[in-house]
Amino acid sequence: MSELAETAVLHEERRHSDDKTMFGFWTYIMTDCVLFASLFATYAVLHNNTFGGPSGRTLFSLPYVLVETLALLTSSFTCGLAVLAAQRGFKKQVLFWFALTALLGLVFLGMELHEFHDFVAQGASWRRSGFLSAFFTLVGTHGAHITAGLIWMITMMTQVARRGLTRGTLRRLQLLGLFWHFLDIVWIFIFTIVYLQGVSL
Amino acid sequence: MMFASFLLGRLNFDAFKHPVVTEGAAVGMVVGALLTLALVTYFRKWPYLWREWLTTTNHKKIGVMYLIVSTLMLLRGGSDALMMRTQQATSVGSSHGVLSADTFQQVVSAHGTIMIFFVGMGFMFALINLILPLQLGARDVAFPFMNATSFWLFTSGMLLVNLSLVVGDFSTAGWLAYPPLSELQYSPSSGVDYWIWSLQIAGIGSLMSGINFITTILRMRAPGMKLMQMPLFAWSVLGSMSLVAFAFPILTVTLALLALDRTIGTHFFTAGGGANAMMYVNLIWAWGHPEVYILVLPAFGIFSEIVPTFSRKRLFGYTSMVAAIWGIVFLSFTVWLHHFFTMGAGADVNAFFGIATMIIAIPTGVKIFNWLFTMYQGKIRFTSPMIYFMGFVFLFTMGGVTGVMLAVPAIDFQVHNSLFLVAHFHTMIVSGVLFGYFAGLTYWFPKAFGFKLNEALGKAAAYCWIIGFALAFGPLYILGLMGATRRLDHYDASTGWHPLFLVAGFGALVISCGVALQILQIIYSVLTRSWHRDLTGDPWNGRTLEWATASPPPFYNFAVLPLVRERDDFWASKQLAKPSNVQPKYEPFLELKSTGAPIIIAGFAFVFGFGIIWHIWWLVAVGFVGIIATLIARTGNDDAERVVSVAEIKKVEAEIVARMEHV
Amino acid sequence: MRGSRRKLILLLLPVVVLVVVAVWYLSRTNIPVMEPAGQIGAKERNLIWMGVGLSVLVVIPVYVMTIAIALKYNERNHRTKKIQYSPDWDRSRLFEGLWWGIPIVIIGILSVITWCSSHSLDPYRPLDATVRPVTLEVVALDWKWLFIYPQQNVASVNMLEVPENTPINFDITSDTVMNSFWIPQLGSQIYAMPGMSTQLHLEANKLGTFAGSSANISGVGFAHMTFTTKSVSAADFNKWLAHAHASQHSLDTASYNQLAQPTIGHAVTYYSSVQPGLYNELVVKYMTPAQQGQVQLQ
Repeated sequence: MSELAETAVLHEERRHSDDKTMFGFWTYIMTDCVLFASLFATYAVLHNNTFGGPSGRTLFSLPYVLVETLALLTSSFTCGLAVLAAQRGFKKQVLFWFALTALLGLVFLGMELHEFHDFVAQGASWRRSGFLSAFFTLVGTHGAHITAGLIWMITMMTQVARRGLTRGTLRRLQLLGLFWHFLDIVWIFIFTIVYLQGVSL
Repeated sequence: MMFASFLLGRLNFDAFKHPVVTEGAAVGMVVGALLTLALVTYFRKWPYLWREWLTTTNHKKIGVMYLIVSTLMLLRGGSDALMMRTQQATSVGSSHGVLSADTFQQVVSAHGTIMIFFVGMGFMFALINLILPLQLGARDVAFPFMNATSFWLFTSGMLLVNLSLVVGDFSTAGWLAYPPLSELQYSPSSGVDYWIWSLQIAGIGSLMSGINFITTILRMRAPGMKLMQMPLFAWSVLGSMSLVAFAFPILTVTLALLALDRTIGTHFFTAGGGANAMMYVNLIWAWGHPEVYILVLPAFGIFSEIVPTFSRKRLFGYTSMVAAIWGIVFLSFTVWLHHFFTMGAGADVNAFFGIATMIIAIPTGVKIFNWLFTMYQGKIRFTSPMIYFMGFVFLFTMGGVTGVMLAVPAIDFQVHNSLFLVAHFHTMIVSGVLFGYFAGLTYWFPKAFGFKLNEALGKAAAYCWIIGFALAFGPLYILGLMGATRRLDHYDASTGWHPLFLVAGFGALVISCGVALQILQIIYSVLTRSWHRDLTGDPWNGRTLEWATASPPPFYNFAVLPLVRERDDFWASKQLAKPSNVQPKYEPFLELKSTGAPIIIAGFAFVFGFGIIWHIWWLVAVGFVGIIATLIARTGNDDAERVVSVAEIKKVEAEIVARMEHV
Repeated sequence: MRGSRRKLILLLLPVVVLVVVAVWYLSRTNIPVMEPAGQIGAKERNLIWMGVGLSVLVVIPVYVMTIAIALKYNERNHRTKKIQYSPDWDRSRLFEGLWWGIPIVIIGILSVITWCSSHSLDPYRPLDATVRPVTLEVVALDWKWLFIYPQQNVASVNMLEVPENTPINFDITSDTVMNSFWIPQLGSQIYAMPGMSTQLHLEANKLGTFAGSSANISGVGFAHMTFTTKSVSAADFNKWLAHAHASQHSLDTASYNQLAQPTIGHAVTYYSSVQPGLYNELVVKYMTPAQQGQVQLQ
């Protein structure tokens, strides 16, 4: 077999391998959906069990959470721009948009932690009631995912800066984008079910 | 003092004080482990072990390692079972048997946990790893790196469970650790934490395996193989792994919430605090019921391979069989409430879940009839896998029937949590799952190792298992009706249970003989392997693709990926029997290099788990950061694959030919 | 064929002997679930027999088919005589229709039975009564059972005495972990859970003494969480009440907190009076934050 033909065969295999990775990642996202669904179910069961403690109505501040939400939604948009730039091969743009995404992600995470800290200071920690346990766990699990996403993003930025947009980094960037959008969608559910309904109930 | 508690958390010398029985087991285990390590060091096998096994990403080697771990765990879980039988045969009236109540409850909890997670799941992943890629005509699984990580996480979990024998104690809350009993207030020791973290770590491994095998089946089939041409084993694995993907995240959440309750004081399942313990029971069974089908579907798949092969006939009702699998997969998520009819849900709810449960009997029954009709008008060879199959049909039908009885809520009110229930689910799991896996192991052993197991010993072991099972669990059905509840470390003589417990104990001894014979079978077969080597690659006159390559297969499975045109393609090609003189056209391919990352990640996971169990927070941090750092380092490695050239394939193929001619 | 027939007899003989011995043994053994002493237990026993009957309808054909096919199509027989061999026959609308159809019919019948029996034997359904039912409040403790008779204002530990042919309305809770309240000879069990109150309706229709226990693991003393149920005549029940009323113990917050301490093998104890509302207090204390002067959260 000639060297050229050999390269063609391997190229085809690599392409197939990328396809596999994408498929596997979608399957993973589905399992993560089940994980969040279980947490939402837990929250639904416990959200009235305040055990004499504060309820969502007294704790949540909608304007604050709205700002938080906007930060995350914008980060999803910039993340999309980053992946688009990556597909076109614009390395500097990729780094810029990802830096912006990470920044917005940090803003979101910081605001969330500040909110948590605020609640705990008011005596509304996760030890207070079933409702608060479920609240901290559901929102906190999303926050942990965001943290993981940020670590991943920083890792990818270093890789892109050092190696450029290779086949490997490109594939991982696409998965990262998918992951980040997924977290955005989960947050919309949290915003609606936890905060909006928590305030109106 | 402050420093000591920082350094050691809540770990102290009391953690090493145990009753004599546990101490004996712990010492035996530690000595055994040390001896193994010493032998490896003495024979200077570390480099070989590291290179060929500990860092491998090859599915066949991972399968073998799963097999070894699960076999060891079968012995551990079996010893637990023997201790339980001994206790219940002796602890009557004024005698209090050999174990204290606390130790007995640890043994009960460990037995269930180990048998489901480290024997059932372990054997299942062993067989899937060994055979699935071969059956699909693939070179490996979709994500070999993740596959190795899954295995090592599984091993980490296994080590944690067994470590509880040496350091601290194990859960006494039963294999599913119902709260509030499993909460800190009622179980303050580290036992439940061992349970949580060993399952959490192993469970995440299983979840990753689920994703891996789904992708393998849907993306890696040999050219031309349509879904409806897949072997039934592959179909059943797809069903089972879909269940893993949907059910295991629920387990992850449930365990995590219990851990939060115990570690940082949340109120999910505590008594009081606005918690809801019944939510745990719902959640754990929303995972737990599908789990049963996760285990049994691959066993069904194995029978669907064995029966046609040993009847020399096509599988009867292929389409029905596939439909039945998906019927079971779907229904298994609609029945979890039947595990707690006695919780006081309304009659409508109970009736709904009872009927849904019974409906599962329909596809299961269809499968049994299809297997029987595969045998009808066939040429049946009664090899030991077929003996297991016959035992399965007899026992599983019994188990199914008692299952339908338990599905009637009004009957369940009288036998729930009694030994009747225990007998029922052991009938399903031993005859359905274990017999299936034993049959599969015997059947595929020559494929994995290149020689057959001794048939005489295998048949004797199978008969011991079947007869022993009937003797050990038949009495339990009656005992349940006599009012004997499960997990009793002692009972009154006036109950009249003693004679039946003695019979059950005798049955357990007969099963032990079966296990001893199986061990003997393996040792004997290894020693005499030169007598029954499999040189053809097809020792049973098989029908599916795994028999189309050498035994054991080369590391790439198939020099040329097979082209599939129909169901049972290999069988069909044998019927044509035209020897081809055409030189096969080899093509290069990519292989993942060996890597130490999976075992390192699992090592950190172990450290992480141990830290949390004992509240040693710096250790938790080390484990956590270690996992993340290893993962980051790994994603940065763009040199993970190597090209297997045509020249190398030719060389390996020539070696295989030489090996056959030499012997 | 003759060889395998001999083998079959050799295999079946021990099975037959075993079954005969088992039947002989069981016929002279007391099996509470199958020998109920109350109407609920009796109906459930009938359901079990019905289940066994339907099972036999399924099991016998499967067993006979399996043995017949295994014997006839053994490879060895193909060598000695002409037996049908159809290696490629792999489907039949008729047969597959049969074994999808027949189970569907059987399960259909069972579903109707399940639906009806789930409602008629619902533990929450009060029994039809001609006499005034007895109300009983049951509390699972570590590791004993407390029975409160609110109408009679007495209580007992590990001893449940009930009048014959009188419906008993149980309210059941736990002041510790989850347990399950079960008297096999009377019928249905139900969970005892902290912060929740479940209901059970039973009736003893025979005089006698029946064993009761917890069916759910609840800690180190779990195996000893047994109690005695006595079904007595109305006159004897009144005598027993008088006896209990004569007890020097009374059940108030202090003595309850004393009782709630974990013990194994607690002796039968009677209380001549019970603090009103104690049971409700025990349930509610898990649902709201603690207030002063209440029973302690265990």
